Amino acid sequence: MSMWLQLILVLPVMALSAAVLLRFAGRRAFPQNAYWRDMPLGVAFGHVLAAGMLGLAVKLYFIDRIVFFRWAVHGFGICAVAGYLFRAAGRHIGPAPLRKLFRQMPLTAAFGILTVLVYAFIAVFAGWLAPYGQAQIFEAVNVLPGTDPAHPLGTDQIGRDIFTRLIYGAQNTVGIAFVTTLIAFFLGGTLGFLAATIGGRFDQFLSRSVDVLMAIPALIFALLLMTIASAWAGSERWLLTVYMVLIIALIDSTRVFRLARAVGSNIVVMDYIEAARLRGEGLAYLVFREILPNATAPLLAEFGLRFCFVFLTIAALSFLGIGIQPPLADWGTMVKDLSQFINFAAFSPLTAALPLMAAGAIALLTVAVNFIVDWMLQRSSGLKE
Amino acid sequence: MASIGNIILRRLALGILTLFIVSIVIFLAVNALPGDFAQAILGQGATPEAVEAIRRDLGLDQPLATRYVQWLWRMLHGDLGISFAQANFASYVGSASDAGAVTVAEQLAPRFRNTLFLAGVTAVIAVPLSVGLGILAALYRGSVFDRGVNIFSLVSISSPEFFLAYVLILFLAVLDPVLPSLSNIYEGMSFGERLFKTLLPALTLTLVVTAHMMRMTRAAIINLLASPYIEMARLKGIGPLRVILWHALPNALAPIINVITINLAYLVTGVVVVEVVFVYPGIGQLFVDSVKIRDIPVVQACCLIFAAAYILMNLAADILSILSNPRLRHPK
Amino acid sequence: MKERLLKIRDLRIEGLSDEQWWPIVRGVDLDLSRGEVLGLIGESGAGKSTLGLAAMGYTRDGCRISGGLVEFDGIDMVHAPAHVKRDLLGRRIAYVAQSAAASFNPAHRLLGQCTESPVQHGVMSRSEAEERAIALYERLRLPDPQQIGFRYPHQVSGGQLQRAMTAMAMVAKPDLIIFDEPTTALDVTTQIEVLAAIRDIVQQSGTAAIYITHDLAVVAQMADRIKVLLRGEEVEEADTRSMLASPREDYTKSLWAVRSFQRPAKPAVAQGVSPLIRLEKVTATYGQVPVLKDISLDIHSGRTVAVVGESGSGKSTAARVITGLLTPRAGRVLLDGVPLPASYRDRGKDHLRQIQMIYQMADTALNPRCTIGDIIGRPVEFYMGLTGREKRRRVEELMVQIEMEPGEYMNRLPGELSGGQKQRIGIARALAAEPRFIICDEVTSALDQLVAEGILRLLARLQDELGLAYMFITHDLATVRAIADEVVVMKEGRVVEAGPKDRMFHPPHHPYTELLLSSVPEMEPDWLTRVLEARGPSEIGEAAIAKMNNSESSGSPDA
Repeated sequence: MSMWLQLILVLPVMALSAAVLLRFAGRRAFPQNAYWRDMPLGVAFGHVLAAGMLGLAVKLYFIDRIVFFRWAVHGFGICAVAGYLFRAAGRHIGPAPLRKLFRQMPLTAAFGILTVLVYAFIAVFAGWLAPYGQAQIFEAVNVLPGTDPAHPLGTDQIGRDIFTRLIYGAQNTVGIAFVTTLIAFFLGGTLGFLAATIGGRFDQFLSRSVDVLMAIPALIFALLLMTIASAWAGSERWLLTVYMVLIIALIDSTRVFRLARAVGSNIVVMDYIEAARLRGEGLAYLVFREILPNATAPLLAEFGLRFCFVFLTIAALSFLGIGIQPPLADWGTMVKDLSQFINFAAFSPLTAALPLMAAGAIALLTVAVNFIVDWMLQRSSGLKE
Repeated sequence: MASIGNIILRRLALGILTLFIVSIVIFLAVNALPGDFAQAILGQGATPEAVEAIRRDLGLDQPLATRYVQWLWRMLHGDLGISFAQANFASYVGSASDAGAVTVAEQLAPRFRNTLFLAGVTAVIAVPLSVGLGILAALYRGSVFDRGVNIFSLVSISSPEFFLAYVLILFLAVLDPVLPSLSNIYEGMSFGERLFKTLLPALTLTLVVTAHMMRMTRAAIINLLASPYIEMARLKGIGPLRVILWHALPNALAPIINVITINLAYLVTGVVVVEVVFVYPGIGQLFVDSVKIRDIPVVQACCLIFAAAYILMNLAADILSILSNPRLRHPK
Repeated sequence: MKERLLKIRDLRIEGLSDEQWWPIVRGVDLDLSRGEVLGLIGESGAGKSTLGLAAMGYTRDGCRISGGLVEFDGIDMVHAPAHVKRDLLGRRIAYVAQSAAASFNPAHRLLGQCTESPVQHGVMSRSEAEERAIALYERLRLPDPQQIGFRYPHQVSGGQLQRAMTAMAMVAKPDLIIFDEPTTALDVTTQIEVLAAIRDIVQQSGTAAIYITHDLAVVAQMADRIKVLLRGEEVEEADTRSMLASPREDYTKSLWAVRSFQRPAKPAVAQGVSPLIRLEKVTATYGQVPVLKDISLDIHSGRTVAVVGESGSGKSTAARVITGLLTPRAGRVLLDGVPLPASYRDRGKDHLRQIQMIYQMADTALNPRCTIGDIIGRPVEFYMGLTGREKRRRVEELMVQIEMEPGEYMNRLPGELSGGQKQRIGIARALAAEPRFIICDEVTSALDQLVAEGILRLLARLQDELGLAYMFITHDLATVRAIADEVVVMKEGRVVEAGPKDRMFHPPHHPYTELLLSSVPEMEPDWLTRVLEARGPSEIGEAAIAKMNNSESSGSPDA
């Protein structure tokens, strides 16, 4: 412990003195350069820190025991290159507006779009891509990855092919989350816009109800309702999955309602809405022709964020054992089932990586969607200024 | 203009009203269970005495409103009822249901303390770290540092909590056994030992919460730095440090406090998954176990506690931001 | 020649937009001697604020100085290290911003902010600086100068804040002050007070100043010399008096000429002719706050009634009552002598069609996702039932009427049009309903003068051709003079005075009308001096209004 303490105390002092030295040397070397001349100590410190981190990363890369770090670096590199190639392709192929879009796109967003496309492809063609059926059980139980060419990633404790289940996970986990988000959007979006347009008591009633529902943390509320749903579903396990979709859609629609109402009320105060009202236009015309076309950008961004949230909630529920029910393969449940493999890290790194693969598949998609949403939000806020 | 005291009182009243309505919602949800759930939950093998005990305990033959008032009354007195699992156990043993079984309150109290401890440790690490990082990212926005922090925080927001937890376990518990991967905490542990065992779950939660908090702090500060009075301060020749400390910080207080409290409220939800991963004996783990065996009184009580904590944190956020608003503190 | 303080040569500034650098200032030269006041004038987008800030060696985020020289008292402001610039700012060069309410830090008291720069630069002790600030408050005629510094910005009115900001700039005794549109956000009666205070104090202290504005009449009062900018380039520069008397360039001449557009008032309507629109004893409130108090108003066919008043006078509320957006507490609105239902929801399609509206902000009045053809076509389809080719022909007809090429603009979105063009589309949309009465709510106040004049001429022509009646809501008396037949002056929800235009612009007036008229700057360098001499410093602005309110409340028994 004391060694850690010393490290924590000594390291910053060393870094700080290195920063002072760096700045001094820089000023001596380039007395005319405004960057060095006006450099604050904080920036110099940042340079030193960055150099230190880089050094540490290089050192970790070459330690065989923690091969995981090397894999992570490789994965990161592959993602970056794939994103770059995808963007480069987009800049030269396709119609002009699309090319323009790609030209302004940051690398993160390009990577995000590529990842979403790949996931969508796997989800749609899972049955065709996977070597076996998702519920198919083999005799060989707990086959370690890399030992049997028939099962490249091995089998789990009851003998199901892990590679197959990873692929089907895309279909089940992503598909169910997508459907749930759609329902939530339909429900929350419609009510939100109606509340903004009609206003008055209707708005008051809906808004207060949503306030109450949102006062209960989402995951907790979902767990409570799932308890009741499981009593209703009884032994019909597929019914429980349907209930879960409905419950999460309901809980999430409150968040969508808030946003749709906020976006809607910002648009409703515009003079062109007043002009349409004074013309005598009906509610349907107002909502579909005047409000909705102006709300697509924020709604699309919100759809991405909501999808991530729903996706993570479903994964968490499945991980806790109360979400998507077997025999459907899904990543959350797989993490739970395979989690003990992590203790094999020292002997068989690939085995230990299995639960991380399932969890990483969840993380990668949410990261990708978040990258896209981040870019969209930046674009729309940039246009405003 | 209403005085600041009035505004706060009104907000407090609203908070209590929300809590009250939420309790109704939870009560109604539980009562939406199909049929006579005492029978349904205990299953066919339950002894008639056990079923009868639960029926009596819940007063199932009385009207809904009466039951709610009674339930609320007992809740307010700290009587959260008796766990089905415990009641079941007691009935098998053969003792009277009220005497031998551990009540929900007794069951929850130590776990609630553990959860608070975990949340507290997380807050102590996460709050200074994220506010500091957020301010730095805002100051050096557009730099490599800012972009790096941005990507890192996006990744950690996007990852499920159990992913972060297993990555930390892999590196810090399996490959380099620095910290224990199981947080078996029990009564009478020394503080240092308890802290040591809590560190890994706390670090996981820190990763999640820090990313959120940092991004929100950064956004709040950038928003502030774009305001005309900051430009005015720069045009008055004020140095960068004083611009931050004297001009930006007093106005940033409200948004930062807001960010912190909102994220502490978020911690309440976050503990559930993390407690399960690390087998941490907190209220979240108990909650999940009870959901699985449909132990209604415990589920109900946990739900109420989580909701209450969440509502109170949000209430605190609102009141603090009212207090830090100069327009309200110094009325015309 | 006096000692030169500021020298700018071939200054070029670029702004980042759409991933590209666009020129904002394209090679401007500028010289300023000690104690001299230079007026920078130009329309929006002329680059005048950017130039003003560049004189301080400062560029906003997303802008950069791409070439040229800025020299303040021999110091190169473009290349000077940050700490050298910082040392000059606030101490020797000070800045007064357009929006005082946003430029004061809401978390600190006025006095602390006013004394900050001399104290931080170490040129004065805190008590010295406070003493000087209080002395400045007094000279700027702020009420209660000893105590006002202990207030927070939100506790002080807009006109007072603007003067407090001038004091903040002056405390450190700078050599140069940049005034960036300091009175643009203020009402006219407040503006004159701030103008007088700024001019006196600049003259007394002998600092040099750059006064940036879009208002010619204002700059005529303040500046020794005037420089006219257009799209980042200098048009011409001359001494104020000679510039006003004989502008050289065509652009400058056209700027001057705008003020001369004036349409003769039509003869008064004969007795007994019933008005098109009549407001009868209308009283309206927002919640519990009364905004209209017992208003009566007549508008006849083919006439323009200008409703004049400052912010909060209730002029826009009157329009909301006529259109039915706000239900009055008492009174009614008659169309052709027939009472209209109070709410627009209860009015028939034909009633709605006859009353149309044109808005101040053309940006928010047109749906950004609809093409021009759809925007104008919708009322044609909705009211007239025309579709397909017929609808298209009618839309083209309307576009010709507003002097826009149908083929070119039909399929564009509002975002691709200039401010004036958008306003024309708003007019076409109103015309498409074939109304008899149009409410024009500050339709020219967001536009540059030249563009505004075009809109006024168009409206006048349409009135002659179609026999429309206008209710013209405005705060700008020049606009009233240009287009009105009759004038209604409003103050705090009441009609103060009403009558034909010619009578309104000639005395005797109601005291408020008098104050309003005398507060409007005129294109004459001696106007401010004359008004101050005639009325005295305590008879303008807030002080005068307060006095008027006192005498009214003591004079009328029902108040």
